[in-house]
Amino acid sequence: MDFNFTEEQTLLRNMVQSFVQDNYSFDQRMKIVRSEEGWSRDNWNQFAELGLLAAPFSEEYGGLDGGPIDIMIIMEEFGRGLVVEPYLPTVVLCGGILNRHGSDAQKKENLSSLIAGESVWALAFSEPQSRFNLADVLTSAKKDGEGYVLNGAKAVVVGGPWADKLIVSARLSGDQRDHAGLGLFIVDKSAAGVSCQDYPTVDGGRASEITFENVKLSADALIAGDGFVQLEEAIDNGIGALCGEAIGHMKCLNDATVEYCKTRKQFGAPIGSFQVLQHRMVDMFMEYEQSVSMTYMVNMKLDDAKEDRIKASSGAKVQIGKSGRFIGQQAVQLHGGMGMTEELNVGHYFKRLTIMDTQFGNVDHHLRRFAAQ
Amino acid sequence: MDVEFTPEDEAFRLEVRQFIEENYPKHVMGKDRSQLGREEFLAWHKVLNTRGWVAPSWPKEHGGTGWTVTQKYIFGEESARFGTIPPLAFGVQMLGPVIYTFGNQEQKDWVLPGILSGDTWWCQGYSEPGAGSDLAALKTRAVVDGDHYVVNGHKIWTTLAQFADWMFCLVRTGPNEGKRQDGISFLLIDMNTPGITVRPIITIDGGHEVNEVFLEDVRVPVENLVGEENKGWTIAKFLLGNERSGIAGVARSKKAITRLKDIARGQLLDGDPLLQTADFSRKLSELEIDLTALEYTELRTLASESKGQGPGPESSILKIKGTEIQQRITELTMEAVGNYAAPWVPQLDRGDNYSAIGPDASHGVSQEYFNMRKTSIYGGSNEIQRNIIAKMVLGL
Repeated sequence: MDFNFTEEQTLLRNMVQSFVQDNYSFDQRMKIVRSEEGWSRDNWNQFAELGLLAAPFSEEYGGLDGGPIDIMIIMEEFGRGLVVEPYLPTVVLCGGILNRHGSDAQKKENLSSLIAGESVWALAFSEPQSRFNLADVLTSAKKDGEGYVLNGAKAVVVGGPWADKLIVSARLSGDQRDHAGLGLFIVDKSAAGVSCQDYPTVDGGRASEITFENVKLSADALIAGDGFVQLEEAIDNGIGALCGEAIGHMKCLNDATVEYCKTRKQFGAPIGSFQVLQHRMVDMFMEYEQSVSMTYMVNMKLDDAKEDRIKASSGAKVQIGKSGRFIGQQAVQLHGGMGMTEELNVGHYFKRLTIMDTQFGNVDHHLRRFAAQ
Repeated sequence: MDVEFTPEDEAFRLEVRQFIEENYPKHVMGKDRSQLGREEFLAWHKVLNTRGWVAPSWPKEHGGTGWTVTQKYIFGEESARFGTIPPLAFGVQMLGPVIYTFGNQEQKDWVLPGILSGDTWWCQGYSEPGAGSDLAALKTRAVVDGDHYVVNGHKIWTTLAQFADWMFCLVRTGPNEGKRQDGISFLLIDMNTPGITVRPIITIDGGHEVNEVFLEDVRVPVENLVGEENKGWTIAKFLLGNERSGIAGVARSKKAITRLKDIARGQLLDGDPLLQTADFSRKLSELEIDLTALEYTELRTLASESKGQGPGPESSILKIKGTEIQQRITELTMEAVGNYAAPWVPQLDRGDNYSAIGPDASHGVSQEYFNMRKTSIYGGSNEIQRNIIAKMVLGL
């Protein structure tokens, strides 16, 4: 048994930490969030230079051959800074799908530009009616000569406004919620027939509603294999990364709350000296520790057999959903009115943790998925 | 024991319902607080005033309605059922009772009519950066200079001060040593006096409801003192007791649950209405049961109030349970809309060409959830309310 990080992993953490320290103070972050674009291309270029965009990919395609633990470390440090740049959709979700299932030609064509920071990706998988069911897909891909023609609508595509390329789940055959008959397609966002409605999200990010109207795709746009299996695996990897991000948020909230309660004085004493608040902070601390455990657990099991992976990812998602809600709400409560203001980072961590519960399926969804295994 | 309403009560209910339905101003129909400007906030207030229904809780001689406790309850219920924008609490619920209880004749004569007509908008200058739960720690100071007080200090979380004409304000007039509760006075301050600056505070829901108010050498005529100098703490506590009554919000929570059910009926989970799924309906049922319990707790409080026993420390139960339920409703509503909790279009950011994202039901639900986190903090945090029950009820 070994819960230690390797020397490389510690170096990786230090590197991301110093990036966040230098580029992601709360003020810098809010400047990025409130800018027209809503993200920083400069930061993205730095990710490329630091090798972060190459982390999980095979060496033969220019990657660093990292694993889920490396991603977890990066995401945890990003979580501390509330980084908004689309690392998760580009590298973990879409990059992961390409890396695991892309043909040699698809990897060659796409991975090097992704790693260089030249292309940003988004995964378009949820639909207005689908809620959290990955198989609930009405978007259709009909055979059209050698290629396909794509029609349908995708909902709340995270990072959509910044993306150059999309991976889109579409139905090749079968009924609305069938697992069989799904395919994942690589789509240029600039292709004719793709239209986007872009908007800011609660957590400081950006997303899009995307419609596809008779979008013509060549045969090699399709990623070979079972689309549902590929998608589910990508989302589970996304959950592993999201858990990393979540424990970064939780740690910051807990530290900020303890510090505030030590210094804020009411009734002639620091409010942290009141037992009822002490116990609340102890509960927050325990929720955090349990979340860290589940985060490590899921990231060690992402490459296990499917059944084990599903239990691990759904279990971890439930944990961070519940803990994130508790810690977020209590951090605001213990900060009093200050916790309610846009001016303090506390509310922003709280909002991110809140929306995280809807990302990739909420607590109820993953309890059902866990129980069904 | 009997919770049935008499035929007279039912007739009164119909009268209220009809009046609301026939007279509620169309231009504010369906709007929530975050969308309202000053005139819109007051639109229904002014209609109520034509009927003499602005301040049911006041004694008749000061402009109250003379209703029984049951009638007041029915009026509150019908108002919430319709979703009216109630008259602002600062004047009607907070300051009015202070003035007719502690004010002199002159103050009664100018303050009360302005509250009833809606011509004077009051805000509450209580909290300070260093005085939240511990209100008696307030530092804003008023020093007599001839026939004026000169006020210096910093108030915070002042709700809707951006619209206010006047502020009722707790200030320190006594010496710094001694018991902190002694030496506090209750002053009425014209917001147009030189030296007052109002700075907006934007909250995590993106709204502008609260403010900071800076007071720098603000000259306030000594006749604006309510009650005796240095005896303001009694008034402050009297006012806080009134602030808590009605905070349970049962009728409004009922309406919010009805809306939540409508949303959950329209949201599908694998083709089935979310409302019918086991997990969701269980959580919703738990909420409804908790709300029923609160409703009966409130009715029991009202019944003892109608026997002449004022709202005691038990009203802290209504505040704690009421706000917890309100928060859970917004949480479950946000959960109901699934992925569409994510779009962020706060009121302040909506331009003319704003076009909505996702289903209508999802609009603003996250903002409401974030906004409602304030309810367990304001009006005496729920931790403070528990302290009150522990001390005053349980004798701990």
